[in-house]
Amino acid sequence: MFKARSIQSSLSLKDKILSIDYILVCSIFILGLISIIAMYSTDGGEFKYHTNSHILRFFVFFGMFLTLSFIQIRFWHSQSYLIYVLFFILLLGVKYFGLTSSGSKRWLDLYFMNLQPSELMKIGLILFLAKYYHRISIENINQLRFLFLPIVVLIAPIILVATQPDLGTALLIAAGGLTVAWLAGVRVKFFAYSGLAFISLLPIAISFLKPYQKSRILTFLNPERDPLGAGYQIIQSKIAIGSGGLFGKGFLQGSQSYLDYLPEKHTDFIFTLFSEEFGFFGSLFILFLYAIIVWRIIRIGNQTRSNFGKLYCFSFGTAFFLYVVVNMMMVLGLLPIVGSPLPIMSYGGSSMMAIMMGLGIVMSCKVYKDTPVN
Amino acid sequence: MFNPSSGNTVIKSKLISRRMFLLSAAKALVMVGIIGRLVTLQINERSKYKTLSDKNRFREWKLAPERGVIKDFFGKEIASNEQVYQVHLIPENTKDIDRLFVRLKTILNINDKKLFFLKKIINKQKPWEPIIVSDNITWSEFSRLNLFLHELEGVKPIVSVARMYPDNSSAHILGYVSQVSSKDLQTKKYLKDKHVPGMSVGKTGLERKLDEQIIGEVGFQRYEVNAFGKRIKQIQVNQGKAGKSFKTTLDFEVQKFSSELLKDKAGSVCVMDIYNGDIVSLVSSPTFEANQFVHGLDKKYWKSLIKNEMRPLTNKALSGLYPPGSTIKTLVALSALENKVIRPLDTFKCTGKIELYGEKFHCWEKDGHGIVNLRKGIQRSCDVYFYEVARKLGVDRLSETAKKFGLGKKVLNGFIEEKAGVVPNTSWKQKYIGQNWYLGETLHSGIGQGYFQSTPLQLCLMTAQIANGGYKIEPRIIFDKKNNNLRDYLKYKNNNPNDPLPTDLLVSNFDLKPLFKNQEHINLIKDAMYSSSNEPGGTSYRHRWENKKFTFAGKTGSSQIKKFTEAQREAEVKQESLPYKDRDHALFVAFAPYQNPKYAISVLIEHGGSGGKTAAPIAKKVIKKVLERHDLRKAATGTLGENV
Repeated sequence: MFKARSIQSSLSLKDKILSIDYILVCSIFILGLISIIAMYSTDGGEFKYHTNSHILRFFVFFGMFLTLSFIQIRFWHSQSYLIYVLFFILLLGVKYFGLTSSGSKRWLDLYFMNLQPSELMKIGLILFLAKYYHRISIENINQLRFLFLPIVVLIAPIILVATQPDLGTALLIAAGGLTVAWLAGVRVKFFAYSGLAFISLLPIAISFLKPYQKSRILTFLNPERDPLGAGYQIIQSKIAIGSGGLFGKGFLQGSQSYLDYLPEKHTDFIFTLFSEEFGFFGSLFILFLYAIIVWRIIRIGNQTRSNFGKLYCFSFGTAFFLYVVVNMMMVLGLLPIVGSPLPIMSYGGSSMMAIMMGLGIVMSCKVYKDTPVN
Repeated sequence: MFNPSSGNTVIKSKLISRRMFLLSAAKALVMVGIIGRLVTLQINERSKYKTLSDKNRFREWKLAPERGVIKDFFGKEIASNEQVYQVHLIPENTKDIDRLFVRLKTILNINDKKLFFLKKIINKQKPWEPIIVSDNITWSEFSRLNLFLHELEGVKPIVSVARMYPDNSSAHILGYVSQVSSKDLQTKKYLKDKHVPGMSVGKTGLERKLDEQIIGEVGFQRYEVNAFGKRIKQIQVNQGKAGKSFKTTLDFEVQKFSSELLKDKAGSVCVMDIYNGDIVSLVSSPTFEANQFVHGLDKKYWKSLIKNEMRPLTNKALSGLYPPGSTIKTLVALSALENKVIRPLDTFKCTGKIELYGEKFHCWEKDGHGIVNLRKGIQRSCDVYFYEVARKLGVDRLSETAKKFGLGKKVLNGFIEEKAGVVPNTSWKQKYIGQNWYLGETLHSGIGQGYFQSTPLQLCLMTAQIANGGYKIEPRIIFDKKNNNLRDYLKYKNNNPNDPLPTDLLVSNFDLKPLFKNQEHINLIKDAMYSSSNEPGGTSYRHRWENKKFTFAGKTGSSQIKKFTEAQREAEVKQESLPYKDRDHALFVAFAPYQNPKYAISVLIEHGGSGGKTAAPIAKKVIKKVLERHDLRKAATGTLGENV
């Protein structure tokens, strides 16, 4: 191990570049290109605002991803708490200085872009908890006093995000954090207890839900309840996907999205558009790419020696998987419309930034896989 | 440097990996679930969603077809289509609708009320749906509009086609068209497939009768539309098919002529070909502006129509019900002869009145007609003679004959406004009034008063069927070369005067229904009508034609509005001195030329007093006009017989 460490610390740039996971990089890049094609289609087959800015964002953040890959894993470990605090401050900033759009306050105006700190918090919380559980010994993990801090850092951002209001993102942040805790060995009974507590609090929680959120859940249970109102999105999305058939309607031929029947086609429903135009096989291909990405992330976690790296990679891989399946299940009518973007495919700078940052840290785990973090 | 807790770290690492393995298995399951859902949607339920997607995508706009035209016998269009200039507006394309309206007001003749109404429509519909600002503007307005078009964003000048009636003389029989009402949609089943917003449908007359065929086939434009209903591109167009055009049996010139004669009077003129039932003229007066109905009726005009006591909107020839008066005497006499109740030379003495069970029945001639036989009875229209005949005949036998000749039932097909009238008899009274029949009522029926109700068209048909020798004809108004059976039969008879074939066999060969038992009876009536019109003492003697070519045989009549009181009778009150509403309706029926009859006519003048004075002179002029045009009519078809 000592020897290994000395090798690690003296990695040449060439070694670093060679140790990058190229399958992962390629998958991400191909997915990025597909997302550009889909975005081009949402703009009606022209290079308009959404396409152009999506291309720019993809390449900028893809570059950032590659750059972050070469940052020492130690750096991420040592700065984890700070990063979390920074993101938390940004979230607080949203509460006081945020931009309001269609009834919710989610964005900070950074002049060159509108930042959505809740997206970044998805990564920040995983980083924080990965470091926390890396540091405490296995005996202490299930002691109540060591559960206190994780609960606080979990609940605080979730409350902030949920009250923006952005229930979907809040739940996904929570999912990421809970994954870290569970992987680190927190006993199932704690999850069961908190699950029970959650269910018993559910009626109170529901009373805090905004009317549109209630309506979304009811609509999910029965989309035909209000076909022109809240159920419209689910119905139109199912029509678009179903009518795509085996091979799709063809590039730029998706009548549902082209004729504006499909809502939010740039963001949450980008998979629907792609599925309509490229059919079952196109959808399978996208699923395949996502599966490869998740598989490579987990593989990197397995190769990484430090528990911080393992915890981070496994949790981020799981969270990434959740983002994908939640979005897909949503557009396929298997989950209520909660408003969560599809990683890399969806239009949105903050989401892209957070995902690329998360992937960058994963890649840094790969490059410095044998480096102990403390 | 070894981590003091390195053993601990390894255990932890193993725990993490073990739990990750569980998670990965769960992920695989979820993945399978998603793929399963994709299979369901995109493979199993593909066709369902494909249909739904197309339903989303395509929308059809119906195109109103051009209405078929209605022509007269000579091919002149009496209900035609004209180009109209319209102003359409797409609200979406204007920046400031109020300013646009102010500007439009200076160019077009539209009032604030209309603009207010338009604004209400605009607020109701989608901003890209066009509205019709005005559906009929003048050429000068239209050209001015085009001149200022650059200032009028969103306004579209449109050239379209609408119903136009060149003349009002045929307004009643043609009827009119107007916007489809919700009631039309409920009651007229054919509109289900044919309705296009803004389309006109026939409301009365021929326009209504022929509506289903004359509307035409609705065309459509199929557009791809977006989620907001906005048209993106046209996929398919079908212009539809213009409605079927119809040629009628009417003669526009006679229509105009008759209408002119009835000007300022309330009344009607019907002229019918006695051999095939072709209605040559059917005019009701006063007439109305049918064109006004096409583009939304002016309220003032509508009120003036409704308030007019001469009821311009009623087609008096079809839906006006009048007691037939003395015109029925032809049928009373015929019925009596046929039933062998009287012989032609049987006489009665007319002293001006008869008494029955204490009730007095007056003759119109106060001093009486003296000794009267059948011919004189019809010639002078002696009421007492017919009281006696009716008493002998009885109302039931009379009603049988009257019904045979077309009274008491609708004469034409498909005119909702047509009335059936009443031919009373004992069972009718029992059924509808619930009382027994009184003999006195028989006497009233014998001179066509009392319960009797008939339309002028029925009286015309009755006369035609007497004139043609007593054969049943079916009146018709849509031109048809066929069903000239009676004409063919007569032609055959003229060509083969010595053919021994018995009449009934000929009848069965030519599919004719004789309305008589003995044709001699019919000839007696025709002769009596001749004397009424052409011999001194006849009720319409003053209005005869000496010229054989035009000589007609007729029968006057007046239908009582109010029974004269004894006091009035004593004072010899004249009809002219009564208030308009209380005067009798004047009736006159005739056929011409007497020697070789061709046409039958009935003239009604509401509150005209006596038939001989007001109705006969009009009939006289119309008869001449119709007969003058007979050769033209014959030339137009070639089916009219030479010698009949």
